[in-house]
Amino acid sequence: MPENIGTRPPIATVPAIMGKPTVPNDLTKPSGNANPGGGNAFSPRDWTQHPPYDHGPYRSTALRSPRQPLIPIKQALSNLTAPAFGDGSIDALDHDLTRNAVVNAAPLGERIIVTGRVLDEDGRPVRRSLVEIWQANAAGRYVHKVDQHDAPLDPNFFGAGRCLTDDDGRYRFVTIKPGAYPWRNHHNAWRPAHIHFSLFGHSFESRLVTQMYFPGDPLLPLDPIYNCTPDESARQRMISTFSIDRTEPEWALGYEFDIVLRGRNATPMEA
Amino acid sequence: MLKQTPSQTVGPYFLYGLIPQPYGRRGVADNRLASPELPGEHIRIEGQVLDGEGNPIVDALIEVWQADAEGHYPAEAADGQPRHFAGFGRADSSAGGLYGFETVKPGGVAEGQAPHVNVIVYARGMLSHAFTRIYFSDEAQANAADPVLALVPEERRNTLIAQRAELPGRTVYRFDIRLQGEGETVFFDA
Repeated sequence: MPENIGTRPPIATVPAIMGKPTVPNDLTKPSGNANPGGGNAFSPRDWTQHPPYDHGPYRSTALRSPRQPLIPIKQALSNLTAPAFGDGSIDALDHDLTRNAVVNAAPLGERIIVTGRVLDEDGRPVRRSLVEIWQANAAGRYVHKVDQHDAPLDPNFFGAGRCLTDDDGRYRFVTIKPGAYPWRNHHNAWRPAHIHFSLFGHSFESRLVTQMYFPGDPLLPLDPIYNCTPDESARQRMISTFSIDRTEPEWALGYEFDIVLRGRNATPMEA
Repeated sequence: MLKQTPSQTVGPYFLYGLIPQPYGRRGVADNRLASPELPGEHIRIEGQVLDGEGNPIVDALIEVWQADAEGHYPAEAADGQPRHFAGFGRADSSAGGLYGFETVKPGGVAEGQAPHVNVIVYARGMLSHAFTRIYFSDEAQANAADPVLALVPEERRNTLIAQRAELPGRTVYRFDIRLQGEGETVFFDA
């Protein structure tokens, strides 16, 4: 909340994070440590799906895009571990953004349920994995102190949450539908409503930060960030689906959003 | 096969979501990886994140993942236990493009790799994140034998070597991250 900005409580110990074996148990050698021997390769980042670093219509990429070619790390040398977060990292209301910052009333706006599964490319659920989200409020304003958009903050809405996926890879958040907001990329530029997502997955290399959009948003065709990746079907997979099955009567509309992270290579690559 | 969900930029406003401690809320990680009791050499790693014109980037997110002084990544442990070593850290660069981590110097891990820290760089203006590694200037012999450094053209390897400095009462390694241009940091397709 704004009145708390700047307070940073001292922490005697570091947050509880566990390393975990990052490949399915049937493939993991007992140690579970850095490199289980080279055979448990993960599929590479699929650059037909991910955006390039340099994307002219998104102006900020101009000076922030590496120009030298990426150097491939042989699979056997990559780091097949990942930080793992347990229930101790999650508070009871962390998944409910309509309740996790209430001061004196419910936050304003349209209450929604956002749920989906985190999967790897082989369709296997990514279990017990941390999902973090952050977003603007219903008026299109972020709590972040740098956001100066002339729209009201909501004293009862912080706009960030987290949860762990269950054994089916499913996460679920309750939140407020975010508003569109202006940015200065080009004349009359507005970001479509979106929720930022951060995922961990099986290894540090499978980290993903992405954004979830809403179906039918008229700003989507105009947004350089949404349109950054050339594959139309890849873009479509960043749009959530309205789900009457996830909608709860007399309470909140439901949206479904599945996320696919890098998976295991069917054929191990070179040692 | 399912297709990977595309990456999107972390944007300018990630701090309250991913490192919310300055907003008075609990986070899952910060820039302190090791408590004082942890065995090993306690060090600070710091540097500046710079754009293609050499200007500081004040809205970058740096994530690190490293082994402890013995070369072990954090092991399974009882959930919720206070731990002396997180292995994972997050820092932002809002202070003039500077980031910093308090940690221990990692030991060498498997496959004869030199001591190193795995790094991911995110920022507004980066639609996909970038992987790099921090190696240590006082590990010349191990660095020379490191199979990942060997993949890097010799003239660019220095962009991956943090420079050790002894300051009163502490050891600091300097590791600047140049996203573009002269001295561009080596990034990996990890």
